[in-house]
Amino acid sequence: MSTTTTASPNEAKLWGGGKSPFNVEYGKLMMWYFLMSDAFTFGAFLISYGTVRFSTNGWPNSNEVFRSFPFAPDGVHAPLVFVSIMTFILIVSSVTMVLAVHAGHNMDKKGVVRNMILTIIGGIAFLSCQAWEWNHLFHEGAWWGRNPFLNADGTASSTNFTNFFFTITGFHGFHVFSGVVINIIMLIMTLMDKFEQRGHYLMIEKAGLYWHFVDLVWVFVFTIFYLL
Amino acid sequence: MAHSHNADANHEANNAAAISEIKKVTIILSVFTLIELGLGFWMMGVTSESLRLAIKGVIVILMMAKAFYIVAYFMHLKHEVKNLIMTIIVPLLLFVWFIGAFLWDGGSFRNLRNTYDPHFKEQATIKVEKKESEHGTTHEVAPAAEKH
Repeated sequence: MSTTTTASPNEAKLWGGGKSPFNVEYGKLMMWYFLMSDAFTFGAFLISYGTVRFSTNGWPNSNEVFRSFPFAPDGVHAPLVFVSIMTFILIVSSVTMVLAVHAGHNMDKKGVVRNMILTIIGGIAFLSCQAWEWNHLFHEGAWWGRNPFLNADGTASSTNFTNFFFTITGFHGFHVFSGVVINIIMLIMTLMDKFEQRGHYLMIEKAGLYWHFVDLVWVFVFTIFYLL
Repeated sequence: MAHSHNADANHEANNAAAISEIKKVTIILSVFTLIELGLGFWMMGVTSESLRLAIKGVIVILMMAKAFYIVAYFMHLKHEVKNLIMTIIVPLLLFVWFIGAFLWDGGSFRNLRNTYDPHFKEQATIKVEKKESEHGTTHEVAPAAEKH
């Protein structure tokens, strides 16, 4: 009861017209809705992976599959090492993106430029890591429709594992790639003083939302493919 | 005069608060990731199925916590208007059904096949030799062997 009485004056102000009831700019709101729909796309991919895995008797051991890293000697057994580096690269690039958004709030062009450059470097580093891993697995004989790995219990494995791995990490990698492209465009616009002229850095916030979403998806992909 | 001075001080305080929040969330995300990795390394040596399941449960909880911190603080959703938060979070509740129903479906399909498909069940008991593939020369053999 008490909540309705205190909320109604606020609500009247919020929905009374003359201002955005969500208190965000149109483009940013639409970015949120796009990301929500994208979350369902990734969710559908990951849930179908789970469904197929639950309907199968055996499954490859991820610690046997992902056990190498660049410049490693042959036959090395270092599970989780390379992927943890990839994970930290993405977390750090997410932090630099927050710092770029923060600098944008303060109209600090120098800070935006510096942190956008760092974020772009992080994104490119992540993509390079993924390119190395795909290349490595391809040379092990893994690809869509081919699975050289056995199940953890030594029985024959289907190609479901590699199909899902390449499809989902590929789809995520494509998001990282487009995020890097968007960030580069934002950097160029910042350098051209576009946002200074507009008087705000809202575009950096929207690019930031997208970039954090890419990091968010990796939290799920990393956990589901490499840890579970 | 006094007003603008006040606003400046406010701005400074907000700035410091925002930076310390970013630092805090960065540390939380890193620590959770390290715990996840630690659990992953520990799990390699664990053979008990129930203990493995429990570790996986903890990893999933940490994953959800990381997701919360990224969305709430890095994506700033926590500081948005409540109506906006609800238009994002309420549709995502569909995932509760989505995950539950489809994983259940998968498990059920496995049970059905193990009950009614003797070949499917037999495949899970036959150990095969790992083929040494030198740069993908033998991987054409592997899928063909499984089809029959």
